[in-house]
Amino acid sequence: MNGLLDAYRAQFKVTFAVQLEYRASLAIWLIGTILEPTVYLVVWSTVARAQGGQVGGFAPEDFAAYFIVTMLVNQWTFTWIMHEFEYSVRMGALSPQLLRPLHPIHLHVADNITYKLLTSTVVVPVAILLAWAFGARFEPQPWALALAVPALALSFATRLLLGWTLALAAFWTTRVFAINEMYFLASLFLSGQMAPLALLPAGAQLLATVLPFRWVVAFPVELILGRLTPEQAGVGLAVQALWLVISLGSMTVIWREGIKRYSAVGA
Amino acid sequence: MAFLRLLGVFLKIGVLHEIEYRVNFYIQVVRSAISLATGLLGLTVVFSHTDTLGGWRPAELLVLLGVYFLGAGLIGLVIQPSMQRFMEDVRQGTLDFTLTKPEDAQVLVSIRQVQVWKVVDLALGMIIIGIALAQLGRELGPWQVASFVIAILSGSVIIYAFWLMLATLSFWFVKIDNILVVFQSMYQAGRWPVGIYPVWLRSALTFLVPVAFATTVPAEALSGRLTPETLAGSLAMAVLLFFLSRRLWTFGVRHYAGASA
Repeated sequence: MNGLLDAYRAQFKVTFAVQLEYRASLAIWLIGTILEPTVYLVVWSTVARAQGGQVGGFAPEDFAAYFIVTMLVNQWTFTWIMHEFEYSVRMGALSPQLLRPLHPIHLHVADNITYKLLTSTVVVPVAILLAWAFGARFEPQPWALALAVPALALSFATRLLLGWTLALAAFWTTRVFAINEMYFLASLFLSGQMAPLALLPAGAQLLATVLPFRWVVAFPVELILGRLTPEQAGVGLAVQALWLVISLGSMTVIWREGIKRYSAVGA
Repeated sequence: MAFLRLLGVFLKIGVLHEIEYRVNFYIQVVRSAISLATGLLGLTVVFSHTDTLGGWRPAELLVLLGVYFLGAGLIGLVIQPSMQRFMEDVRQGTLDFTLTKPEDAQVLVSIRQVQVWKVVDLALGMIIIGIALAQLGRELGPWQVASFVIAILSGSVIIYAFWLMLATLSFWFVKIDNILVVFQSMYQAGRWPVGIYPVWLRSALTFLVPVAFATTVPAEALSGRLTPETLAGSLAMAVLLFFLSRRLWTFGVRHYAGASA
């Protein structure tokens, strides 16, 4: 256990140094992170105003709160391993990682958490600024906020494991980019980043509910906003736990199979 | 005309280069398809709750989506790859080879690198605009066609001059590619009419990063809502930026010392 902690501490330092070195890339990534929810916030507020002040139970102030919280939840729980993994496999960069007495996923978890801590120093103040600029209306409930902590942790773990499961496709094909793009398109709509799920057509809502998308973003967002009853919160956490188990299982199995196929091309 | 002849040559080189990597074509098709799906699904969801968005009807926003694709195609086809190569050349000192050629160096630098497959975006943009216009069912008057052509040319010149000025800064600050990526990530905001954004964001998208001139203004021309003042403003901005970028370029070239050559 101590060894694991040491490894994490070392990776924190490395990521911190790397990210500070690439400050400009970091800033660009942040512009995208902030601009996208802001654009949808403006679009939906415009719709609400055109419909006499509200659409689907959301007034402009509610949309502001919704998209700002969505930005934060997405920022804290997203993963980018699928963009890197294909490269690691193709270039053989995975080989040295496999030689270490530690599953490469730990590297990524430490990397991811450090990045989130670092970017939060910008994203959180920006979120507050946006909330002020758009007059966001928050009515959070203490019990819901308390439950949001485990919900965010479950969401983080599930998205990370799902991202890894997807990334592992690189063991079989080097054309993973199409899978990734599809996944991001589905995430945009089905996890509630483009619009609150209640505003999507019934078919899309059903799809979002049976797939993990709703539970990893829309659920924690609605929980934080105080839009759920205690029963709904309980169901949500249970489904989240279920998806965590499913994603952990599939990732473990696919990793075991995939690693047999890995031939370290180019290493 | 020397410019068109050169453009033809570089296009041909681009095609010859790319037909060796045909997979890139499929990659581009998937990228464009996903981008199109994002745009269309977004419009569908929004218009399932309202009839107009900031005064724009669905078919008019489809025109805007088409113009957005045209702009993305133009930038991706020549502007972005050429400017990136130019900045790389400044860093490596290989710009010398361009400067010693018996053609205008600014022309050479601006069109030298072509990403052929981006024509997918151009074609898609035209198809979307065609479908949208058919939906609008409106006869296009000569004023609308003329103002659209002027608006889209002005928009292209503005975008080009903007990129050139930023790229020219690499004569002084060698590592500057990242600023250009900022434009790319701001460009996505052009999928929606800039009129709906709050003043601070609209000003940024008009003057700080001139996305509005490239997307909203030409789309306004086709949907018949463009005022002569806006068109004149876009034209004036294009002329101004073009001359400014030319001045900055000639000033910058004099400053260039040929780093490692």
